[in-house]
Amino acid sequence: MTPSVPAPRTVRTPPLAEPSGWHRITLTVNGERITAEVESRLLLSDFLRDRLRLTGTHVGCEHGVCGACTVLVDGEPARSCLTLAVQCDGAALRTVEGLAPGDAPLTPVQRAFHTCHGMQCGFCTPGFVMTATALTEQPERPGPDEVADALSGHLCRCTGYRNIRRAVCQALDERFGE
Amino acid sequence: MTTIREARWLKPTPFDYTAPRTLAEAVALLGDPARDTKVVAGGQSLIPMLNMRLARPELLVDITRIEELAHLTVDASGALRIGAAVRQARAAADPAVRHGWPLLAAAISHIGHPQIRGRGTVCGSLAHHDPAAELPTAARALDARFVITGPGGSRIVPAEDFFVATFSTAVDDDELLAEVILPPPPAAQGWAFEELTRRHGDFATVGVAVLLERDSATGLVRTARVVFSGAGPVPVRLSAAEDALVGTGVDEAALAAARSAALAGLDPSDDVHASAAHRRETAAHLLVRACTTAWERC
Repeated sequence: MTPSVPAPRTVRTPPLAEPSGWHRITLTVNGERITAEVESRLLLSDFLRDRLRLTGTHVGCEHGVCGACTVLVDGEPARSCLTLAVQCDGAALRTVEGLAPGDAPLTPVQRAFHTCHGMQCGFCTPGFVMTATALTEQPERPGPDEVADALSGHLCRCTGYRNIRRAVCQALDERFGE
Repeated sequence: MTTIREARWLKPTPFDYTAPRTLAEAVALLGDPARDTKVVAGGQSLIPMLNMRLARPELLVDITRIEELAHLTVDASGALRIGAAVRQARAAADPAVRHGWPLLAAAISHIGHPQIRGRGTVCGSLAHHDPAAELPTAARALDARFVITGPGGSRIVPAEDFFVATFSTAVDDDELLAEVILPPPPAAQGWAFEELTRRHGDFATVGVAVLLERDSATGLVRTARVVFSGAGPVPVRLSAAEDALVGTGVDEAALAAARSAALAGLDPSDDVHASAAHRRETAAHLLVRACTTAWERC
């Protein structure tokens, strides 16, 4: 994730909707260094979707219950709807777009969601995939309780939980051995 | 350079944001009488309120970049000191916390989900003071002392005076909760944290924290601490239930007496989630379960 270009990409600011409360932030998103002017009140979810056009991060309940907007902030899953963009100055973010960019092969988590049919309508999937990705990146294999606890932070309104759990277990099997 | 859409939809009302590097700077900002300021750390309670425009501050003071608030240490007296920037997940995973204050780690494990606990702070939850939340109840049970810093310096407030009413604490508008101190635990102490939630990670309908200290000479309960969440506007310590347990071996008679004390002494409210009667009955049931577990852990 080390940036290959020294100068960060500058994200253009929208017309000034409010006179004050703007801040310049520099952060890394999926390995790319970015600077942007953001309003204090801009949520990370809206920054990702509206400013960076990274619309893979989905916004469901917008108050921290559903988990669809979960991204990795410095490697830890966090609700992007409960995080201000300005709080992420200096942080390294990862979104679902960063897992297999372009023609890169799918990650083990993405492959497992595919093979286990760990999705139905797909709306909640980016959040589940990011939390599952963090689980596979832990130094040791998380136990079944820890997996259940992590997945409980996400709601799937199609109720496809069984296949989602199968997918996460398959990804963990691949990462840590059965 | 990418073209971006004009920003039209921003959920919170406008405010400014600043992330000072020192506690003194933060306190100076909070003391500004011209602006309605609010402290933010993890934001897991405040940002939903901002999104719904229930909170409309003019300035947010982010305290997570203040190094002097980032400590999680056991001091020379054996007390645990948790700075205001310490996130819940870090406290719950800390070996010293798990060994010396397992009730705290257990209470944190009931908060929301890992995605919430990775951001939310211990002191933030305490200062927010939702009476159904886990940490105020655990802090009351553990005899926490609260270091509140303001323009006049710091003062220490004991747990019985810290929680004033729902969403209200002893922290004034121009102050912040800088640190919470948990006294050293006694040698033979059992603990339990039990709560009823409709769904995993929800706020509890009602919950209870129990600490029992075993007298090494008699083998009986020397001190007991019983604190309920969701049973009133503040964490409710029930001395009648504690008295019913002290001097006993937590046998059936003692458990029945504690249960009766809870049924007689608790006065929870009715709301959309549960009736008062249901809360009271559940609290008494959880108390029996928690006492049994705590005694086994002594």
